[in-house]
Amino acid sequence: MAKELWKGNEAMAEAAIRAGLKCYFGYPITPQSEIPEYFSLHLPEHGGVFLQAESEIAAINMVYGAAGSGVRTMTSSSSPGISLKQEGISYIAGSELPCVILNVMRGGPGLGTIQPAQGDYFQATRGGGNGDYRVIVLAPANVQEATDLMRLAFDLADKYRMPAMILADGMIGQMMEPVEWPDEPTPEPIAKPWATTGTKGERRHNIINSLFMEPEACARHNEKLDQKYRTVAANETRFELIGDEEPEILFAAFGTPSRLARAAGKILEEEDGIKTAVFRPISLWPYPYDALYDAINQESVKAVVTVELNTGQMLDDVKIANQGSKPISFIGKAGGMIPTPREIAVAAKEALGRK
Amino acid sequence: MEMDVVYQKSAGLEDVEFHYCPGCTHGIIHKLIAEVLVELDLIGDTIGVAPVGCAVFAYDYFTCDMHEAAHGRAPAVATGIKRALPDKTVFTYQGDGDLAAIGTAEIVHAAMRGEKITTIFVNNTNYGMTGGQMAPTTLIGQKVTTAPLGRSKEHYGSPIKVSEMLATIEGAAYIERVSVHNMAGIIRAKKAIKKAFQLQQEGAGFTLIEVLSTCPTNWGLTPNDALNWLQDNMIPVFPLGVYRDITAEDK
Amino acid sequence: MAYNEIIFSGFGGQGVMAMGQTLAETGMREGLNVSWLPSYGPEMRGGTANCSVVVADSEIISPTVSEPTILVAMNQPSLAKFSANVRPGGHIFVNSSVVDEKVERDDVTVHYVDSGKIAAELGNDRVANMVMLGAVVGATQLMDLKAVQKMMSEIFTGKKAKLVQLNVDAIQRGADSVS
Repeated sequence: MAKELWKGNEAMAEAAIRAGLKCYFGYPITPQSEIPEYFSLHLPEHGGVFLQAESEIAAINMVYGAAGSGVRTMTSSSSPGISLKQEGISYIAGSELPCVILNVMRGGPGLGTIQPAQGDYFQATRGGGNGDYRVIVLAPANVQEATDLMRLAFDLADKYRMPAMILADGMIGQMMEPVEWPDEPTPEPIAKPWATTGTKGERRHNIINSLFMEPEACARHNEKLDQKYRTVAANETRFELIGDEEPEILFAAFGTPSRLARAAGKILEEEDGIKTAVFRPISLWPYPYDALYDAINQESVKAVVTVELNTGQMLDDVKIANQGSKPISFIGKAGGMIPTPREIAVAAKEALGRK
Repeated sequence: MEMDVVYQKSAGLEDVEFHYCPGCTHGIIHKLIAEVLVELDLIGDTIGVAPVGCAVFAYDYFTCDMHEAAHGRAPAVATGIKRALPDKTVFTYQGDGDLAAIGTAEIVHAAMRGEKITTIFVNNTNYGMTGGQMAPTTLIGQKVTTAPLGRSKEHYGSPIKVSEMLATIEGAAYIERVSVHNMAGIIRAKKAIKKAFQLQQEGAGFTLIEVLSTCPTNWGLTPNDALNWLQDNMIPVFPLGVYRDITAEDK
Repeated sequence: MAYNEIIFSGFGGQGVMAMGQTLAETGMREGLNVSWLPSYGPEMRGGTANCSVVVADSEIISPTVSEPTILVAMNQPSLAKFSANVRPGGHIFVNSSVVDEKVERDDVTVHYVDSGKIAAELGNDRVANMVMLGAVVGATQLMDLKAVQKMMSEIFTGKKAKLVQLNVDAIQRGADSVS
């Protein structure tokens, strides 16, 4: 396949159609409105349903209904809209339904700004809704990867019967990069015998539900969910480690800031001869703690520098992975500003105690 | 000794005990829905959406597939189901707190879109499940646990009239308010529910049947007195009748 | 080929996004690695707009550009905002139809392009951006000028096909103006 230049938002929408998306429900919000716009035209061409809901709350509950009916379904939004969807995400997780949620993050809190940010890391990885549940969270760093992860998100959601989220920053949504579409057909829908599709009088009724009035039953349900999440954590961590094989500085960053960190690494190498590498988690939940621990504990690593478009959220996971072994520092900007590679390089030198 | 079966529970209902309070009319409404779905031969192709409120366990009672919604969101969940499976029959069963308070946006917009679903809206003028708090449908002067001296019009305004409101929406195909406080009312209610499901089958648009229902426990009345209270107090505020019928307009 | 980091900047409506996109699209078709990152938001509707384009034969690291090798300033605020950050040895293209100011740096090559006047001579003020793009490609040899010109028949199709030659000419005149 030839390369095509795609805007991130539209590429992710196209990737969802290619992954077999049947029903999309959403509500406009910057910087992701190209996604519902793209679906409104192109999803019906592929036999799918596009519906602009009356609110983000309604949209996620429509996803809940369609997911229960067994079709591939998704919603997308940006930060404030994703906050409104948290109740629905909790129900979908509690009812063990597959769906995909796409968050093209902007600055917060509240209305914040429409510029790119990563301030929803806690919300995505710790759960913004009530109860003990998890959501698979995948963070792309370029447009090609955003399309690849979209397909993976649908597959993992179906496999584990749980929501999967693509956590992209506004830059991924707005920028254009070449995309090479994999030469693979849209997958056939998998069997979902649990779905509410009508009994036809041939089986007992299926019930989609997250209510368990008896505490023993609710506890059993939670244990079952926990077992599933442990399986996912064991099997579905994804990450990338790029850079020098014996780095002094190990950057930790997800999404577009991982590329800023690599650019900073280039400056450090060229101007100061400092060797660096970038550890980039692709799955934010489950988080690749073990792999990051190993990367940090290479003998050459003197300091870990976390780079984020927030005031330090993934930093908590880096600390968990680090287990106190190496010094960790943080550089980031929140609210829509982006640190320059030079600013990151300066912070890294400071972490090494150099000017 | 041989016995003829002269009456039996509808095949649309599971053989389980309802959790509803003695004298509550939810059970009658469940029975009517189940009978209609069986009579129309739809029960095997129906997905029902249960609310949060007294009817939260409705998913255990109907023999069709069921989906439990978050509070107020049943019309959105039903929309998702119907859009995914347009050939299936989809209904929501919602109380007055669920539909007329927290879920107002969802019901209005499902009606606006002419969503081909049927909503059974049970109005008993209070939040029954949580112990009798004020609902948007609570009558002026009616004592409820969050308005112990009676609902004040000055403080809370007047009860919302859902059927009248939704009847102004073009996407609604059929809106009727019925009551199950006596036999004539029950017969009328069944006819209305049947018509709503038939219109859904025909793709006519959104259909809603508002059913006036009793809450003896929270009203503090015996079942019989509750039926009388409904007739004397609710019907004057919530008059029975057809509020919208696009098939009548065609004639 | 070098690792080119370019900022196109100007008023909304001057076609700066289209300049960047055209360059990125052409670069990709020429087998180069490319990225295009816009500023977005209200500035699209009248304020200052800019986009960052990276064109390279090696892997693109960051799509953001803070120290450009090439700056295209279509208006004065853009020149004021970005000119100091241009890397030594880089290029600054100034739209002299709008910007009177001169660049006070001797470590970069500055090109003053009277894009508005050239566009007017071609009979359409709106092609000033393609004049500018022609100047950029002509002066820096980022890629084959003919490839950029060929893109015009991909961009302007159907009813707009009649605009192809005008834009091809605009690119040529821009390139000629800096040769």
